[in-house]
Amino acid sequence: MNAPAESGSAAMSLAAAPSSKSWGAQFRRAMRRHPSLFGMPALLIASLALTVLIHPQFSDFDLQSLAMGALPLAFAAAAQTVVVISGGIDLSIGSAMAVANVLAASMMEGRGFGESLALAVLVLTIGAAIGAVNGLLVVLSRVPDVIATLTTGSIWGGVALLILEKPGGGAPQEFLNLGAGTLFTTWLPTALILLAVSVSAIWLPLRRSKLGLQFYAIGSDRIAAFRSGVNVERTRVAAYIFSGLFSAIGGLGLTMTTGIGAPLAGVYYTLSGLAAVVVGGVSLAGGRGGMVGPILAAFVLTLIPTDLIFLNIDPNFGQVIQGVLIVAIVMIGGFVTLARAQK
Amino acid sequence: MSEAPLLLEVRDLAKRFGSVVALKAAALQVRPGDVHGLMGANGAGISTLVKLITGVFPADSGQILVKGAARTFRSPAEARQAGIVSVYQDPALVPDLTVAQNMRLAGASIEAVRKWLGELGVDNLDFSDIVRELPYPTLRLIDLARALASEPAMLLLDEITASLPADLSERIYAMVKRWRGRGHAVIFISHRMAEISALCDRATVLRDGVTVGVTERAHGSEDRIVALMLGADPATVAAAVSSTVTSHRVPRDAEPALEVRGLRRGPLLNDVSFKLYPGEVLGVAALEGQGQEELFDCIAGSRRYDEGAIFARGRELKLRHPADAIRAGLVLVPANRLLALLQQRSIRENISLPAFGGLRDWGLIGVRKERARVASAVARLQIDTRASSELRQLSGGNQQKVVIARWLASGFNTLLCFDPTRGIDIGTKRQIYALVRELAAAGSAVLLFTSELPEIALACDRAIVLFGGRVVAEMPAADADEASLLRAAHGLAPQLLAAS
Repeated sequence: MNAPAESGSAAMSLAAAPSSKSWGAQFRRAMRRHPSLFGMPALLIASLALTVLIHPQFSDFDLQSLAMGALPLAFAAAAQTVVVISGGIDLSIGSAMAVANVLAASMMEGRGFGESLALAVLVLTIGAAIGAVNGLLVVLSRVPDVIATLTTGSIWGGVALLILEKPGGGAPQEFLNLGAGTLFTTWLPTALILLAVSVSAIWLPLRRSKLGLQFYAIGSDRIAAFRSGVNVERTRVAAYIFSGLFSAIGGLGLTMTTGIGAPLAGVYYTLSGLAAVVVGGVSLAGGRGGMVGPILAAFVLTLIPTDLIFLNIDPNFGQVIQGVLIVAIVMIGGFVTLARAQK
Repeated sequence: MSEAPLLLEVRDLAKRFGSVVALKAAALQVRPGDVHGLMGANGAGISTLVKLITGVFPADSGQILVKGAARTFRSPAEARQAGIVSVYQDPALVPDLTVAQNMRLAGASIEAVRKWLGELGVDNLDFSDIVRELPYPTLRLIDLARALASEPAMLLLDEITASLPADLSERIYAMVKRWRGRGHAVIFISHRMAEISALCDRATVLRDGVTVGVTERAHGSEDRIVALMLGADPATVAAAVSSTVTSHRVPRDAEPALEVRGLRRGPLLNDVSFKLYPGEVLGVAALEGQGQEELFDCIAGSRRYDEGAIFARGRELKLRHPADAIRAGLVLVPANRLLALLQQRSIRENISLPAFGGLRDWGLIGVRKERARVASAVARLQIDTRASSELRQLSGGNQQKVVIARWLASGFNTLLCFDPTRGIDIGTKRQIYALVRELAAAGSAVLLFTSELPEIALACDRAIVLFGGRVVAEMPAADADEASLLRAAHGLAPQLLAAS
């Protein structure tokens, strides 16, 4: 859309395009700017179609297990997305999820539904506090975020083991049903509703707020953002707080879908959450990407091992295939961006 | 203090970064309705002074007084509230946000920015465009419009015209005058003496982090300003200024060091051909975006061309990578020094990086040989090596010298200089052009693009003018005065008229 300056005076090249744009042009521009918003649904539909092809008896039960399997990963991806968009990284997400998971399972066992909801709010607050500690450590100590959150990740992992040494605990069935049940029909798992409601309740208003704008700004160019009047340190801490909040929701989701607390279950989600972020089109350099891509990517990444099991492939070999597929998806995304940039 | 009260006063401001003293004792007095020039050689501390005044970082000592009251700003946002706004050397717009989002981020009113952009001659900007996708001159104007929208009593412009085409610079001058007419003050920073003398009421000169003088009238004090900047007595300076280059005849029967035939690439480069002989400096003049960047990139091997051929000393080259061009003796000095240098490594490593081929001894780098070569290049270019551990601590002029020094150390046949003096002070500029002449006298060929047209006659033997990706004029340096170059660069060359 950039008017190439092949001819004419400098004044001609001052503006990128005429100000009135047709609906079609706006659509093309949206596709160009947010490729993952269009690419990821296509990828998800394709992988669902592939699953049905491999496994024609795909039932409501398979959909429920997909939704339950993807729920914690989607929240881990959401947690990482907020920080990565702000130009940082959080390697403690899995451990923070583990803390939330074991806290919920150990406190809610034998309690009523109302009490459990109150405890869930407490767990969310603790999650946000964990994020605040991460953020303050990164900002105040000036230790690079990779190192700082790797370290706190190890600390939160230890805390989770201190709270609950062995897998155990539980929660009332009504509470578990928030993430492991169905609503109206067996084809609508509550996990999907929980995910959609909590992400849109937090992310949509945030995205439209000044704080959301500041997340993108500091991720894109920290110096330019500072000169525009953004308090960079405060904004970075805020990003980690939201990361902690999403991690805590993910931990609660883990409690709902597994029914227990497991101190080591969360650890897996740090790396696969990061994979979902990258597959979902969020730039690790910061400033670019959205929330829809990573969350849909979490479903795609959950489908891959399922499909490999349906195909009777050795799970150890399946892990290799999964890695290859992640690299391939990211590479294709990169080529598409490159091809567009050269046009 | 008989005159109007000072709007801004700076007393004894000092700042050091680690071991490097950026500012020792800066003083500045600006009255309302004053366009105040701020000048100094590279590394004199001008940019640091601007950043201290606008709260980018805190001063170590000294005072900033606004309307007589001492103030400390902890961020540019605080300075803005006090009516002090700066347009920095590089755009302060966040690349991944739209223009509108950037305005919202900074708390600027979109209506006001749109109005000021209109005044600057930009009417059709779509505020939903992403900043990354907009051309550089537009970003400068958006930056300026955003600053104006907050109606600052004190506007600081740090080299805003440094890489703008002439017509846009004119619009900025007009706006500066208007701002003065409203009774506001402007601090105008530029390395172009003509701008300072035409625009400024007063000028303050810094040297090595110290305010060395203030001229009450900028116009007519050019010699004094240059003398203050260089720290030399007026006689030597005058001698240096008048020592223009005497071009010498180049034997045309010799084999060209570089020949380009029918080069095309994409929409911007359409059929460029020329020959460059050993011992010659060939100037390239063009307005913004006429294919000069593509031309240099193609010759230096960093972009591939669609059609045409490039010959070095009679042999056709296949350039797939900058390493191929370097091997053929074609080396590039880019305008953006950040593209050529390793900012976090030492001067020595930066200079010897491309030379490792010749310094290797069974795979290991010969330390003694390396030191000797680097030392001779550093001495020849008079590089200030006080901060030698990390290149990013050097001033822009010294960094540019390092770029040239690395090619001196590794050897070359043809030097491709793309706007080598962009944002560089007069003293260093003169050194760089003297060096270019010296290299040519020693038999090297130099292809030189510069955005400052008067420099063509100063440094070159011959000049070609690009317009719309074609060579539209060729002239000996003696005829390449600013007016003829400008006419040709706007596509008004007689050759073109005859052809159409």
